[in-house]
Amino acid sequence: MSSNMVAILYLISALLFIFALRGLSHPESSRMGNIFGIIGMIIAVFTTLMFKSVLSYYEIGAAILIGGAIGSFIALRIEMTALPQLVAAFHSLVGLAAVFVAAAAFYDPVAFSIGKVGSIKTASLVEMSIGTFIGAITFSGSVLAFGKLQGTISGKPIVFKFQHLINALIFLIIIFLIVLFVIKQSPTIFWTIVIVSILLGFLVVIPIGGADMPVVVSMLNSYSGWAACGIGFTLSNNLLIITGALVGASGAILSYIMSKGMNRSIINVVLGGFGGEQDTSASKDNSDKIVKQGNAEDAAYIMKNADSVIIVPGYGMAVAQAQHALREMGDILKKEGIDVRYAIHPVAGRMPGHMNVLLAEANVPYEEVLELDEINHDFPMTEVSFVIGANDVTNPAAKTDESSPIFGMPILDVEKSQSVLFVKRSMATGYSGVDNELFYRDNTTMLFGDAKKMCEDIVKSLSA
Amino acid sequence: MEAHSSEVFVIGLTVFFLACIIGYYVVWSVTPALHSPLMGVTNAISSVIIVGAILAAGPQGFDTSKIFGLIGVVLASVNIFGGFLVTYRMLSMFKKKTKKTKEKE
Repeated sequence: MSSNMVAILYLISALLFIFALRGLSHPESSRMGNIFGIIGMIIAVFTTLMFKSVLSYYEIGAAILIGGAIGSFIALRIEMTALPQLVAAFHSLVGLAAVFVAAAAFYDPVAFSIGKVGSIKTASLVEMSIGTFIGAITFSGSVLAFGKLQGTISGKPIVFKFQHLINALIFLIIIFLIVLFVIKQSPTIFWTIVIVSILLGFLVVIPIGGADMPVVVSMLNSYSGWAACGIGFTLSNNLLIITGALVGASGAILSYIMSKGMNRSIINVVLGGFGGEQDTSASKDNSDKIVKQGNAEDAAYIMKNADSVIIVPGYGMAVAQAQHALREMGDILKKEGIDVRYAIHPVAGRMPGHMNVLLAEANVPYEEVLELDEINHDFPMTEVSFVIGANDVTNPAAKTDESSPIFGMPILDVEKSQSVLFVKRSMATGYSGVDNELFYRDNTTMLFGDAKKMCEDIVKSLSA
Repeated sequence: MEAHSSEVFVIGLTVFFLACIIGYYVVWSVTPALHSPLMGVTNAISSVIIVGAILAAGPQGFDTSKIFGLIGVVLASVNIFGGFLVTYRMLSMFKKKTKKTKEKE
C-alpha cells in the first residue's frame, strides 16, 4: 500500500472517531456513533496490518484475541455501579500501552523509521520520553484511583508535609532525566524515567479524596489522550495525534465541568486533601436541634397526595443499588397521575454521568432525567423532593454560609419545594463534613435506613 | 511513513492544534447525560495506540522490541474491546418512554 493510501485510510479512521464523539450529543444518535468508532478502529488496525514491515500475523492475531477476550469478558460482566473503577482500570492500560510502544520504538527505531539504535533523532527522543512520562503517570495514577474507587485502598486523602514540594522536585528530576536521555540514549535512563514517573503518578493521586474522584477519573482520561498524542508525534502518525488530542480535550473539559460543579478550581482539586470522609462529630453539635423522623408509610402517604415529585439521587443510591426499587416507586407514583422527574447534580456519583447510566439501567426514560440547569427553577412549584443518597449537593449553606467549605457550589434547590424527604443511613455528614441545615427544617422528613430497603418499603405501602 | 524532520514535526503540530479545537467543540456538544459513555468511547479510541504496537510487533523473529509491541497489542486490545462493549451496553440502556411507562396527561 502506498503511503498516500495509508494516510487517507488513517484520515477516514480519524474522521469516524470524530463522528463517534459527535453522536453522543443525543441518546438517539449515540448508538450509531459507537458503531462509527468501531469501524474507525477496524480500519486503523487493518491499514497497519497491510504495512510491508508487518509480517507476524499469527503473533499479532493471537495478541488481539487474548486482549479482546479479556476486554469483552470484563465489559460484559461489570456491574454498572462499578463503572468508575472499570474506566480507571482501562485508563491505566492505555498508559501502560503507551510506555511499551515508546520502549519498543526506542529498542527498534528502524521499524518506526526514526533512526538507528544509538543515533535516534533528537526530536523523536524528546517526543518518546514525553509520551513515556505521561503514559507512566496515567498508569500509576489510574491504578491508585482504581484502588480508591474499588475500596481496596482507603478513599481518604493522604496528606503529608512538603507533599507539593516533593512532587515539584520529582518533576524537575524527570525533566533532567529526559535531557540526559536525549543526550545519552541509554536504556537505563529510559527505565529510570518510567519508574520515577510511576512514582509521581502515585503521589499525584494519593492526596485526592474519594468524592473528588469524578475529577481525577476525568483528568486521567485526559492524560491517556495526551500520552497517545506523544506517541503519535514520535511515530509522526497523524491518526494518533488527532485521536490523542480529541481524548485529551474531552478529559480536560470533563474535569473542568466537574470542578465547576464543586465550585473549586482544578488546581485546588489536584492539590487535594479535601474530600476526606470526616467523622461525624459535626452532627453532635446539633444534638439539641430537632429532626423530624418518618417511616416508609409516611413517605408513601406524602408522595401519594402530591401532584409533583422530584427525585434527587446521589452516590448513596449507587452504593445501595437502589435504582431498580427507586424506578418501581416512580412507576407507581406515575400511575397515580403524579408528575415524577429526576434531578441530577453534575458531581453526583463517582464519575461524570454516572447517575444517568444507573437510572437508564433501571429503565427510567431519559426524558424524565434532567440536569441541574434544566430543573432547578421547578423546585418552588414542586410538592415533594425525594432525596436519596445525596447530601452536600442539596445543602443551602452553599448559598448562604460564606464560611462553609462548600460555599459557592451550585446546589439543587430542594429546600424550595413544599416538603423534602431525605433517605439517609444516619445523620452523618456528607463528604465535605458539613452539616446540612435542611435536616432540621419543619418541612423535612428524615427517612433513616438503607436506600434500597426504604424504596421497597415505600413501594409496598403505595401498593397496599 | 516519511523520515522525521522539522517539517514533519510542524505538520504534526498543526494537526494537533486543529484536532484540539475540533475536540473542544465536539465534546461541549455532548449532552451531560452521556458523559459516562463519552468516557467509554474516548477510552476505546485512545487505544488506537495499538497502531504503534502493531508496527513494533510486525517484524519476524523475536527481539525485545517485538515483545514490547505484542504486550502493547494485548493491552490496547483489552481496552478497545472492553471500551466499545461497555459503551454499547450503556447506550443500549438509554431508552425513550415506552408503552410500559405511560405518557402522563
